[in-house]
Amino acid sequence: MQIEFTLNGRLIYEETSDDETLFHLLRRKGCYSVKCGCETENCGLCTVLVNGVSRLSCSYLAARADGCDVVTLEGAQKEAEEFGSFLAAEGAEQCGFCSPGLIMNVLAMEKELDSYEEENVKEYLAGNLCRCSGYMGQLRAVKSYLSRGENRNEC
Amino acid sequence: MNVKMRTVNTSVQKKDAKALVTGKPVFTDDLAPGDCLIVKVLRSPHAHALIGQIDTEKANKVDGIVCILTYQDVPNKRFTMAGQTYPEPSPYDRLILDQRMRFVGDAAAIVAGETEEAVDHAMRLIKVDYEVLEPVLDFRKAKDHKVLIHPEDNWESLCPVGADNRRNLCACGGEEHGDVNELLEQCDYVVEQVYHTKANQQAMMETFRAYSYLDAYGRLNMVASTQVTFHVRRILAHALDIPKSRIRVIKPRIGGGFGAKQTVVAEVYPAIVTMKTGRAAKIIYSRYESQIASSPRHEMEIRVRVGADKNGILQAIDVYTLSNTGAYGEHGPTTVGLSGHKSIPLYRTPRAFRFAYDVVYTNCMSAGAYRGYGATQGIFAVESAINELAEKIGMDKVKIRELNMVREGDIMPAYYGETLNSCALDRCMARAKEMMEWDRKYPSVDMGNGKVRGVGVAMAMQGSAISGVDVASVELRLNDDGFYTLMIGASDMGTGCDTTLAQVASDCLECDLDQIVVHGTDTDVSPYDSGSYASSTMYLTGMAVVKACGEMRDKILDKGAEYLSCEKDTLEFDGSRVWQPAGGLEISLKDIGNKVMCSNNNMLSAGASHTSPVSPPPFMVGMAEVEVDKETGEAELIDYVAVVDCGTTINPNLARIQTEGGLAQGIGMALYEDITYTDKGQMIQNSFMQYKLPSRLDVGNIRVEFESSYEPTGPFGAKSIGEIVINTPSPAIADAIASAVGARVRELPITAEKVYREIK
Ligand code: FES
Ligand code: FES
Repeated sequence: MQIEFTLNGRLIYEETSDDETLFHLLRRKGCYSVKCGCETENCGLCTVLVNGVSRLSCSYLAARADGCDVVTLEGAQKEAEEFGSFLAAEGAEQCGFCSPGLIMNVLAMEKELDSYEEENVKEYLAGNLCRCSGYMGQLRAVKSYLSRGENRNEC
Repeated sequence: MNVKMRTVNTSVQKKDAKALVTGKPVFTDDLAPGDCLIVKVLRSPHAHALIGQIDTEKANKVDGIVCILTYQDVPNKRFTMAGQTYPEPSPYDRLILDQRMRFVGDAAAIVAGETEEAVDHAMRLIKVDYEVLEPVLDFRKAKDHKVLIHPEDNWESLCPVGADNRRNLCACGGEEHGDVNELLEQCDYVVEQVYHTKANQQAMMETFRAYSYLDAYGRLNMVASTQVTFHVRRILAHALDIPKSRIRVIKPRIGGGFGAKQTVVAEVYPAIVTMKTGRAAKIIYSRYESQIASSPRHEMEIRVRVGADKNGILQAIDVYTLSNTGAYGEHGPTTVGLSGHKSIPLYRTPRAFRFAYDVVYTNCMSAGAYRGYGATQGIFAVESAINELAEKIGMDKVKIRELNMVREGDIMPAYYGETLNSCALDRCMARAKEMMEWDRKYPSVDMGNGKVRGVGVAMAMQGSAISGVDVASVELRLNDDGFYTLMIGASDMGTGCDTTLAQVASDCLECDLDQIVVHGTDTDVSPYDSGSYASSTMYLTGMAVVKACGEMRDKILDKGAEYLSCEKDTLEFDGSRVWQPAGGLEISLKDIGNKVMCSNNNMLSAGASHTSPVSPPPFMVGMAEVEVDKETGEAELIDYVAVVDCGTTINPNLARIQTEGGLAQGIGMALYEDITYTDKGQMIQNSFMQYKLPSRLDVGNIRVEFESSYEPTGPFGAKSIGEIVINTPSPAIADAIASAVGARVRELPITAEKVYREIK
């Protein structure tokens, strides 16, 4: 079947089958930032934004993206670099395989949450597994990212 | 060499950080050519069976199928998939495809086709006649079982590790120092208990994967997510029965390894397809395959007897380990050794020790190397036993350790007789105690709501490289404008060694980090390195960098003397120029770099290998605080404190992340991660739905500090950090639970159900 959707700001028409996942389609289209860690909705590595909401592309049918606005890390390079610099400052991107999914979800969280209390943040990101970092460094990075600018005028 | 530290011991960012956080295509599957054949493995549904006929006729007719291979199509030459230095201690017990299936998930056929759909379709059409045999699933009964897992005549053990395929033995052995029985008899307090650890999965986020192609010279090129690039080359040569000179192996960025990728789990499948078809071919393991057919931790059952006199001074330790290597023997003979060698030496006081072991084959998934490599299992057992002994004596668990722990300067009879030149274990303990507020919290605090908080403690050690075996090499070149290329054979698998080794070089050469370009592993280009495992990278490869830099400095001075037309011993090199303090002559490094590119007979390159006769242990203390629900047995981790002595921390941020990550894995092992089988040998935890990895909600609060010692044989005083960090959570958490509610669980993972049963 033919679907039509916006991928990282570009309108595209694409042939897909009824059982193709969005994950497969995105990799097919060269969005290699999107990773798969489990195929069972347990790891969060395949997170992308569909109409601004974070979705697990491994279990999201490509056909459902018809008419939607899809964003992967390729389409959020500036944001990735900005948040990524906080991750790197902590050394919290270890192997980096989980980073794209985490970053997409952090971007979604930033928009969605009203309060960045530690518990809310942890809860929101709970679906993003990381086997390398033990999460503490990511949390430090997320905290300093969310409070960036707060002290800017001081110096 | 006397240089001032500039980047060593600072938290510089990783050289590949930006590419990683912006999701650049740097991993294996991102780089594979678009026209790769898709390779999949048809797997045995039986734990033990012989293949009769395989009917591939229909499958071969599927549109897009290019090749289907069965046991009749592969070399009948056994090899091991263990990434170890040749001759490998792991027995040669594998074929690429075998007629005998030894676990559920064993490879029955290889299918390659143009698309995944075609391959999946073909796999469903292959008909395999299995003669189902009785499986051996209980590792306690495997030794001398009437059913043999490896009855084949061409099974071979290259090293004297006590292996005997006629007894289902992958290894056996032992050692004794002093009279253990007699001393234990004289002890006022003795604990004898059995502890059981499971076949945990490394569960790195990037599953096993590799692709291969033939290059312009007709050589097999293999791009693999591996920790052991050079071992892959040798193992492929053995498996395919072709000369090593025809193989090149390249490692791109890796999505985690933790030892899993110290076994050549997936590489042989695309390799043989490329050899047969001449086409590029790739395999990407699903998580399911990574769970059921990979290289997890060796399940072990460990019996510990330990005794103390009336003052709590240890007299003797006796450890017997039964290890389950599963269907194949990868890392079987070596992991088991660490269960004794990295647990018993934590204590200086015992006047006798004994350590014995058996490693048995069973019809379970083959085990492999996992961070900690046997030490994790041994330390869970010995540290738990010490805690039980303290309870028996009625002594504080920190106190018993303060009285008995190993100290700097000690000779360690249970650790190959090595002398301990660097050890801050005592300081780690003191600091951890402070951080945890141990004296206030020990042993438990009743929260008054049916919940009790308890604290627990454990110590750990590991090694730094395999002494007298591992070899690390680096090559260093000076280029025009005076920048350097550092070529290493060690694999950065996310650990950051491309960066930390550059830090070492930049300090030795007194230059900016950016002036060092690091080239990761490619067997055609990199100098030989045994690989990134056994906590060897910083300790060993770091030393090779120090040596090579020394040689480079010398050569730079030679060139300076030539260009300045003066005696070399009147000159100094300060990182940016060669100059003569007395005469005022000087030439910049940049000019030297450029000048050697014209009319020059001496290449400015330096190479060094390093091996070590000793393996200096890093040390660590872990303390856990848990809250246990007395009604349900549910335990929640509240706080985890860890203090580590890894020698000098080359990059404190990366060392901290290693520690936090290892602790989280250890917490998973302690509380959640289980591998169990049905009575037919089917693994139950075959996806992340059943195999629960800790999420950020499960790890509580992790607090890490460093108490550094200075290791004289390591680069800038460094030892190792990669593995030790996983060793304390299981015993410390088990102990905290015991302190809270008196439930001593001796089998991992410590589930609410097990705690509940013990409370009763
Ligand atoms: S791959 Fe989609 S959640 Fe794991
Ligand atoms: S950094 Fe490796 S999985 Fe998160």
